[in-house]
Amino acid sequence: MKFIISLILIALLSFAFSLYLPWWSIAIVSFGVPLVIWQKPYLDFIAGFAALFLLWGGLAWYTSSANSHLLAEKIAVLVINKNSPLTLITITALAGALVAGLSALTGSLLRGIIWKKA
Amino acid sequence: MRIVFFCISLLVTALLLFALGTATWTPLALGNFLSPQHGIWQNAEPAKQSFDATLHFPELKGNTTVYLDERLVPHIVADNDEDAYFIQGYLHAKFRLWQMEFQTYAAAGRISEIVGDVARDYDRGKRRLGMVYAAENLLKEIEADPVSKAEVDNYTAGVNAYIATLTESRLPVEYKLLGYAPEKWNNLKTALFVKQMTETLAGFENDLPMTKALAYFGDAKLRLLFPQIADALDPVIPKGTVYPEATVHPIPPASKDSLYIQPDTTTVQDKLKEINKPNPANGSNNWAVSGNKTQSGAPILCNDPHLTLSLPSIWYEIQMITPTMNAYGVSFPGAPGVIIGFNDSIAFGFTNSGRDVKDYYSIQFKDETKTQYRFGNDWKSADLRIEEIKIKGKPPVYDTVAYTVFGPVTYDNSFPASEMPGKALAARWKAHDPSNELLLWHYLDRAKNYEDYENALQYFTCPAHNVAFASKSGDIAIWQQGTFPARWNRQGVYAMPGEDSSYMWQTFIPRSENPHVLNPERGFISSANQRPADSAYHYFIPGEYDLYRGIEINRRLAAMSNITPQDMMKLQNDNYNAFAETARPLLLKYITQSSLEGMANQYLDTIRNWSLNNDINLTAPTLFTLWFKNLEKQVWDDEFEKAGVDKMLPSQPTLIEALLKDSTFAFADNINTPQTETIADAVSAAFAKTVATADSLASVNKLTWGMYKNTSIYHLLKTKVMPFARTGLMVGGGKHVINATQHDHGPSWRMIVHLTKDTEAYVVYPGGQSGNPGSPYYDNFIDKWAAGEYYKAWIMKKGEEGSDRLVWKMIFKKG
Repeated sequence: MKFIISLILIALLSFAFSLYLPWWSIAIVSFGVPLVIWQKPYLDFIAGFAALFLLWGGLAWYTSSANSHLLAEKIAVLVINKNSPLTLITITALAGALVAGLSALTGSLLRGIIWKKA
Repeated sequence: MRIVFFCISLLVTALLLFALGTATWTPLALGNFLSPQHGIWQNAEPAKQSFDATLHFPELKGNTTVYLDERLVPHIVADNDEDAYFIQGYLHAKFRLWQMEFQTYAAAGRISEIVGDVARDYDRGKRRLGMVYAAENLLKEIEADPVSKAEVDNYTAGVNAYIATLTESRLPVEYKLLGYAPEKWNNLKTALFVKQMTETLAGFENDLPMTKALAYFGDAKLRLLFPQIADALDPVIPKGTVYPEATVHPIPPASKDSLYIQPDTTTVQDKLKEINKPNPANGSNNWAVSGNKTQSGAPILCNDPHLTLSLPSIWYEIQMITPTMNAYGVSFPGAPGVIIGFNDSIAFGFTNSGRDVKDYYSIQFKDETKTQYRFGNDWKSADLRIEEIKIKGKPPVYDTVAYTVFGPVTYDNSFPASEMPGKALAARWKAHDPSNELLLWHYLDRAKNYEDYENALQYFTCPAHNVAFASKSGDIAIWQQGTFPARWNRQGVYAMPGEDSSYMWQTFIPRSENPHVLNPERGFISSANQRPADSAYHYFIPGEYDLYRGIEINRRLAAMSNITPQDMMKLQNDNYNAFAETARPLLLKYITQSSLEGMANQYLDTIRNWSLNNDINLTAPTLFTLWFKNLEKQVWDDEFEKAGVDKMLPSQPTLIEALLKDSTFAFADNINTPQTETIADAVSAAFAKTVATADSLASVNKLTWGMYKNTSIYHLLKTKVMPFARTGLMVGGGKHVINATQHDHGPSWRMIVHLTKDTEAYVVYPGGQSGNPGSPYYDNFIDKWAAGEYYKAWIMKKGEEGSDRLVWKMIFKKG
């Protein structure tokens, strides 16, 4: 349950923060949520990873579909030299996921230190 | 232990954030670029998006509605002129911001700020050409006139109104790829844009290579190799026209023969390196036929400007309706008004005059400080302008440009190469002089008749153009309009001595003496960058002139009657090669077919039986083009290599006319061999090379004209962003052909205006209204353009706000 709540919270807050703040606000969110919702560090990593994989992957896919992947096809050729919007969407999802997962893990480990001392 | 894990995790996270957050290890900062809420995905605009909007701006005076049709062409219906220009600026920015800003960066020599060190010499070249100085002089005039000032002020305010609404996530793709953001627009940027176009069209000359060539060939030979008037010339103003006696008479300097047209090897030393020069193929076709040659009885005006084709396109289609005008046509993102188009009463189109309005003067500095230079018997002080060139990722570089009585010193021992030239060279360029071209378009857009058109032309000084005109009242006319120096014979062909004031431009040709014609007897006017007048014109007018397109256009128009717009479409897309018509018999005369075997024999038959059309599925145009190019190399390369000139050759028409006239043409001999080659030897050698190239092209299926030419439209960032380009378009035509489509250069806008009671216009350009490579409107006109087809322009009239042609509405309100 905690895992699901943590995942949803990271995804929602990341979306909300990104409306007004730079892209790296997803790191702040993912770092912060484990301080509030306590889980094992590996679960926090997975929650953060999955949250942003779904959020960024989903948003990129949704946006690109409405665009008939017109731009993604061109950018994919430009960036990865391959006409594959899906690869670009996956790379996007993984980038967000890694940042969020690692931030969540860092937050989780910090909480462990604080909690033990307290 | 927990602390260790935490520290490792923190470090890895921080490293990842740094890696994605900066462009340290990757070409661009990937985190921001990939973020769906910030980066590239934000530019993936919905294919079926609505452009409906209601916008409020305090700068507006009234309420305006912009109706967008299904091609995304805006029809601005405004209460007043001020709001219309504000909204034009807003729309240009909304759809084309990156290109308009990039082009002004290019004009100002600021590309290094965006792309780094690689553009340093490009930027220095622009500074040394005095591009910003030219723009400042233009801007002073624009702002001194209340009409043009109001126009440009409102335009700038409109651009900035859009920029102010732009969040980082909404920046055009190119900003995200290159990692920078737009500046605020200002009036100087508009002036810079106009000067960028001026350089494109009036920046070409060959003074330096000619001066270099003078040392080797001498003036007499160069007069033959670069003749002023081609035998076959069919000028803009019909032959036989009697020109009034010249009213100004420039006096040649006393030392002309001894000092000027004598080989002077110190002016341009061993190595000749020039700054970027515009493409000499920048030209156009325009023509108008009078009512008695058309089926409807109404005049038809046509124009297709030939420029380097680019995405986003240089043009943005627009209609502007205000109480003072109803103008439709194309505009330049970066400048207010309709540039080529028509209104309720008249139509107008442009072709480049090709006239030389830029000369170089050798400057003798007193010392390395460049503060003083020899002028007459004195040392004169130069104005030093210190140019700071900012470079992305590096400290700025500084370049001192000395301004003389002529203009900026473009070349000296620090630029473009330290080993050149012997003397410094200052540019005297008409584009530096104060002028106010915005008024030309202001008044043309509103012109009602020939008098209004003629009056508007007074504001057009540089770049000089052949301005075609037709009116509903039945007049057709063409003026070669610009301000031209009145030159003594051979003035400005070579670099001139800068210490002697008698070599300066003495005066200008009075405007009334510019070649022009109103309602000529033949029933049509036309221009295609050929020399404006035959030898009956009294002034010495050097330039970079075309020849065969003009001949063919005039031949066709003379033969046509009962003309319809459809006939004009066919003519604009005509692939007949009039140059080949002249050159083929000569090539065939000098080749001995009996000595040929196999493919060579077949290739020759192909050329012999060719329809002379540069059609995509034929191989003959490729074979002919290769053959003639090889012949040029065969004839010229030996001498021009010896002369140390590699980027300038006599024109193809000059070569063909020389070979037709002189069967013992001396240049046919290769001076590097002991024996004496004849024309036949050169033609045969060129053909042998052609056969070898043709064989290898055929083996990869690239011998047909369409495949060989590979018509392509590159993005402004060229090969850096190939996915944004359109390549492999199958389009016929080419050099010397009315359909002047070359590999990446050609008709950038095709327009046919039928001036019936309700104007009918057929238009197309190779691009689309949106500059966003992620928009379906980025390149949606290209296939139609490539196929030689047109859109019937929807010319909106007041009261048609409910038409189903109008798909979206943008409402602009005060407040």
